[in-house]
Amino acid sequence: MSYIIDRRPNSKNKSTVNRQRFLRRYRKHIKRAVEESISGRSITDIDRGEKISIPAGDVSEPIFGHGAGGERRVIHPGNKEFVKGDRIPRPKGRAGGGGSNASDSGEGMDEFQFQISHEEFLEVMFEGLELPNLVKRQLAGSDVFKSVRAGYSNVGNPNQINIVRSMRGALARRIALVGRPRRELRALLAEYEALQAEDAALEDNSHRLLVLEEQIKKLRIRVGRIPFLDTFDLKYNLNTKVPLPRSKAVMFCLMDVSGSMNQATKDIAKRFFILLYLFLQRNYDRTEVVFIRHHTSAKEVDEEEFFYSRETGGTIVSSALQMMKKIMHDRYPAEEWNIYGAQASDGDNWNDDSQTCFDLLVNDIMPHVQHYSYVEITPREHQALWESYSLVKEQFKGYFALQQIVDTRDIYSVFRQLFQRKAA
Amino acid sequence: MKPESIPATAGGRRRQPISTESEWSFELIEEYEAEIARVAKSFKLDTYKNQIEVISSEQMMDAYASSGMPLGYHHWSYGKHFLSTENSYKRGQMGLAYEIVINSDPCIAYLMEENTMMMQALVIAHASYGHNSFFKGNYLFRTWTDAESIIDYLLFARNYIAECEQRHGVDEVEAVLDSCHVLMNHGVDRYKRPYPISAAKEKQRQHEREEHLQRQINRLWRTIPRRDTSGNAQEEECFPSEPQENILYFFEKNAPLLEPWQREVLRIVRKIGQYFYPQRQTQVMNEGWATFWHYTILHRLYDEGLVTDGFMVEFLQAHTNVLFQPDFDSPYYSGINPYTLGFAMMSDIRRICENPTEEDKHWFPDIAGSDWLETLHFAMRNFKDESFIQQYLSPKVIRDLKLFCVLDDDNLDEIEISAIHDQPGYQYIRETLAGQYNLGDREPNIQVYNVDRRGNRALYLRHFQYKRKPLGDSADEVLKHLHRLWGFDVHLDSVHNDEIVASFHCPPAKKGG
Repeated sequence: MSYIIDRRPNSKNKSTVNRQRFLRRYRKHIKRAVEESISGRSITDIDRGEKISIPAGDVSEPIFGHGAGGERRVIHPGNKEFVKGDRIPRPKGRAGGGGSNASDSGEGMDEFQFQISHEEFLEVMFEGLELPNLVKRQLAGSDVFKSVRAGYSNVGNPNQINIVRSMRGALARRIALVGRPRRELRALLAEYEALQAEDAALEDNSHRLLVLEEQIKKLRIRVGRIPFLDTFDLKYNLNTKVPLPRSKAVMFCLMDVSGSMNQATKDIAKRFFILLYLFLQRNYDRTEVVFIRHHTSAKEVDEEEFFYSRETGGTIVSSALQMMKKIMHDRYPAEEWNIYGAQASDGDNWNDDSQTCFDLLVNDIMPHVQHYSYVEITPREHQALWESYSLVKEQFKGYFALQQIVDTRDIYSVFRQLFQRKAA
Repeated sequence: MKPESIPATAGGRRRQPISTESEWSFELIEEYEAEIARVAKSFKLDTYKNQIEVISSEQMMDAYASSGMPLGYHHWSYGKHFLSTENSYKRGQMGLAYEIVINSDPCIAYLMEENTMMMQALVIAHASYGHNSFFKGNYLFRTWTDAESIIDYLLFARNYIAECEQRHGVDEVEAVLDSCHVLMNHGVDRYKRPYPISAAKEKQRQHEREEHLQRQINRLWRTIPRRDTSGNAQEEECFPSEPQENILYFFEKNAPLLEPWQREVLRIVRKIGQYFYPQRQTQVMNEGWATFWHYTILHRLYDEGLVTDGFMVEFLQAHTNVLFQPDFDSPYYSGINPYTLGFAMMSDIRRICENPTEEDKHWFPDIAGSDWLETLHFAMRNFKDESFIQQYLSPKVIRDLKLFCVLDDDNLDEIEISAIHDQPGYQYIRETLAGQYNLGDREPNIQVYNVDRRGNRALYLRHFQYKRKPLGDSADEVLKHLHRLWGFDVHLDSVHNDEIVASFHCPPAKKGG
């Protein structure tokens, strides 16, 4: 007798836990692979899943095995021309002539490869990053509430009944309403029993007994009318919803698209902002992003245009800062919003404009923002803009950062440096 | 029922095949299974009850990753196996195994839903009757495993480890498991009969054992001087008094710093290692036996007209794929295919019994011409790979597979062909091949030799070299794990002819110390 069972409806993914254990253990390696892969990707598929390779040596599970050497006799199949006593030069690489011993030492130097999902990829990519100085918390919107105990109520759902309170109320009510009658009842009962015990036959007593019986009966009815638990004894736990304060944040992305930015620099800038954008989208779902692109004049654009438009021109950096200042003033009051700025440029600017930038930053922008980061994408010497921004950094330590990106490989590391979670 | 008898209703050759389509259904599986069971019975295959489970390919990958154990504790290494299986499967580098069968009672075999009806029938014959009867009959399995309780034990192990993870943290447990896995092959007493494992007893005694064990350990390692009753005769006797090859067991009982739960984890890994121990020693026989029977049983079904010609063609193709043995100089060569060797030998035993030649009569006087079924069952029951080859590898099989022996001695500049498939070589090849399947030769012989009980509690291990084969590169890594479990210095000496030829230390010996 055999049983045939259809197990297909059972859960698959029995190995999910083991898979996660593995990913957890090799987090470091995966991180490195993710880092390497980010710079090699085109802008559009930067957040796709990834194939990860780990050197096989790092994941091997060692066991005691035989190494090469010693005297080995190995049987092989498929003899063609050999006869006993033939001597052959030892084949290079493997001992033993045919390689049947190769399995002794694991899988050789191959890489261990596997695929991680989109979600896992992003998680690794943005692990340990945060927006710096995120402090201002406001009652923003009304979608996050916390349920808080708020005493008791006389109305509510049956599942919210507070038993202790209800019983306590019922007890109090019963004492208040039938405390005295009960006491009397007890007294009468005692008397009744005493008389009965004395002698029920005596004339006096039998009369008295009848009276007592009458009174006892009345009292019993009175006591019996009071219910053990009445509807108005019921007390319910009361919860109220308290809106949670949460941070509102806005990120200003300022990108230079002037003529001096060649295709490669623009590409780097875009990649940087895409990383930033992905990071915000994933980790801060209530964060707004303002995209500003500028050449000689600045323009607020939507995401699509920011990343894909090809418009270009000369360079006046201050135009973007002006724009940012205006938008901040109009839409994002600094008391309510955590404001962040991220600017990417190749450092080219009209010479006298750098001073304007400095003034704008120091007087109008920096006092209101939580953090401002400037990324200069250039392999060349720094110019006036960098100098001015260095001065800003002096003034606003911890709130201003500037970094240089030379080629695509730096993007991710610079990004990490800018948003690395700092020890509290 | 006589072995060769056919149901009377069939009237010789039955005309109506069970199915003509390649699609399977549960009804068809039942019908095939019943026919296969009938034929198997006629060949006296004695099996545990069968539990045949139909699963999807994802589930097959899951089963694969946990080495076929239907429920295992969680560990990253299974995740690693899963990832690599998934990866190569998705890229089409590898087909999934047709079958996985579990040595338990009832014997669980998996059928994949993607397979054709022919494959399902093949797997039923191969796993549910071939492997199953081997598990039930072979002496190694009978001695070392308890098919009835293995599932319960695995469940116990899984729950226990999960509980430990809750109590002590995942990392902590993982570290111990890592170290235990490293020593999994060194957790068996080869020459002692083991107690079969039983889950109910395990659970019941586990607490008792924890306490008792800890008490013993404390006694062993106590540092308070005992009142010396034997005067000043401070003879340093060796501990353990005899070298121990079962390193896991030795650690479980004697490692000074392990917590009770860690000892229990050691025990779990040791017991699971013990469960796999017979499988590692009977690969050729087990696969050969199962392959022989799926071949024989399906041919019988064909002779009875129960399966179609198309079915047979498809079957033979699958069968030949399984038996493919690349030559030593082929790029696909990776050692001798156990299916090929096993099937060739099993079939050859039948041939020797039925049509013995002069040569067979000379080599196998006791079985030539005997009842083949009887002889084959005897061979299945009483041998393991090593002794099976030693006993039954015939000159004909050696000639068919064109076996030859390569002698690779690192003292010589060239390698030498020491035997080929000719008259003087048969015996030599037979012995060498048998040796190749001897666990004692295949795995390094490492024993716990001594413990410095009064001094620094260092552990001394010895590796007894076999034919001057040194230890592999991973020895240092393994020693780190030993060190983690033992808690004090660990030394390993490689010994050849009573001479120490190599030493490994953990922590590594300081220069000039």
